[in-house]
Amino acid sequence: MNIVKGASFIKKGRVFDDVFACYQCCKCSAGCPVAFAMDLLPHQIIRHLIYHDTEKALASHTIWMCASCQTCNTRCPNEIDIAGVMDELRHMHIQSGRYPAEPATPLFHHTFLNEIQKHGRIHELSLMQRYTFKRRKLPGKGNLQDMLYDMKLGLKLFLRGKISLWPHRGRSRSEVAAIFKHEHGNKKT
Amino acid sequence: MKVSFFPGCSLEGTAREYGESIQTVCSTLNVVLEELDDWTCCGASSAHCTSRYLATALPGRNLALAESVGSDLVTPCAACFSRLKTAVHELSGSDSVAREYALKRPVNVRHILEFLCSEEMVQGIEERIVKPLTGLKALSYYGCLLVRPPNITEEPHWEDPRSLDALLIHLGAECIYWSYKTECCGGSLLLTNVDISRRLIGRMLDMACETEAECIVTACPLCQVNLDTRQDEIGELNKKEYSIPVFYFSELMGLAFNEPDAGKWLRRHIVDPQPLLKAKGLL
Ligand code: SF4
Ligand code: SF4
Repeated sequence: MNIVKGASFIKKGRVFDDVFACYQCCKCSAGCPVAFAMDLLPHQIIRHLIYHDTEKALASHTIWMCASCQTCNTRCPNEIDIAGVMDELRHMHIQSGRYPAEPATPLFHHTFLNEIQKHGRIHELSLMQRYTFKRRKLPGKGNLQDMLYDMKLGLKLFLRGKISLWPHRGRSRSEVAAIFKHEHGNKKT
Repeated sequence: MKVSFFPGCSLEGTAREYGESIQTVCSTLNVVLEELDDWTCCGASSAHCTSRYLATALPGRNLALAESVGSDLVTPCAACFSRLKTAVHELSGSDSVAREYALKRPVNVRHILEFLCSEEMVQGIEERIVKPLTGLKALSYYGCLLVRPPNITEEPHWEDPRSLDALLIHLGAECIYWSYKTECCGGSLLLTNVDISRRLIGRMLDMACETEAECIVTACPLCQVNLDTRQDEIGELNKKEYSIPVFYFSELMGLAFNEPDAGKWLRRHIVDPQPLLKAKGLL
């Protein structure tokens, strides 16, 4: 049984402590804009955590599809921070190094954070280039039609002066690099 | 009046006209936006999806800069607003994960919409309206992070916010009521699950077309880009035609103030708003 394992997981995150207040009213799932695409609805994620079945939650597509719109936690009658739970589950998943149900999402976050680490700010053009390049190997992603749409849009944005060609070069990059160094140190411990 | 300003990354790229219109309108209102010196990215969704430390330390660095300046910190982006404000909460608590950025006093983070709609600004706006937006039927769109969760945003009417509505009416426009004011447009999924985003945007555009409104008004670079740039492709996939202009509220302020630069901002949109404005005699 994975109850013990689940329980030790649950102790890690502060927001997890509150899930036991859930009485399964489904208000969170009823208002979730992405519910139609999820394999587990938000209230089901919470239910699995109550049963200490963290594994089910971690293996779901839901944790990557959640748009962090904050509707669920805003409406929950028991003040459970469901969006925060989704965040904690993502953190746990990323730390575990397992293969995610939706690989594009953590890849995007990783690329995004790398850009910050490098330039201090996000440079949209270089983020898009790097992400598109890294994503090409993922299965079933980036069909031709979508690529054409993106290229057409890219051209329109360029013609309207909305694409800056060079990344910002701030003085603060070393300070930002230190934040990331600390983060990597955290991960190892 | 002088405040610290955190522009956020998209104002240097896809949301250029938002930045330009804000600068112009604020200088007309005698508001000095003092850009935080050497600010860095707040981490956006990617940081909070990845680690609690990054989600706090990345905005924390900027909050430390703002703390040393000492005035309110104003930002035009709903996502930056949300991340900065969440970090203020986190950094003011005793069990913060990023102690090196602990705040001695909480920085007052404000979204520029709330700032410009505040009591102190209303008078100034009133005085500068020379070309009221008479006859323009507009939908106000707040999106998610400007209003939710209310314990962070301090928005009193999170299911039915009104500040933008009030501003539009003030500017002379007709504000059309709709139930999608705070619906999610799926902006954070645009690059990873484009199908979901398209469906969410499509729903919103469908609803907008059902009303008699002629345009949507936003207060966030991510919302505007999401709603403005994908209308063609969603129309093609849904076998419909959408062409509803999506404004930044600051652009409409600029139009009402008769700012000479307004045409330049509007030419940057994907769905061209100029025919609509010309037809109304506003451009
Ligand atoms: S809204 Fe809250 S109480 Fe209701 S099912 Fe969701 S988490 Fe449980
Ligand atoms: S935060 Fe995530 S789970 Fe909650 S309503 Fe929004 S998309 Fe759904």
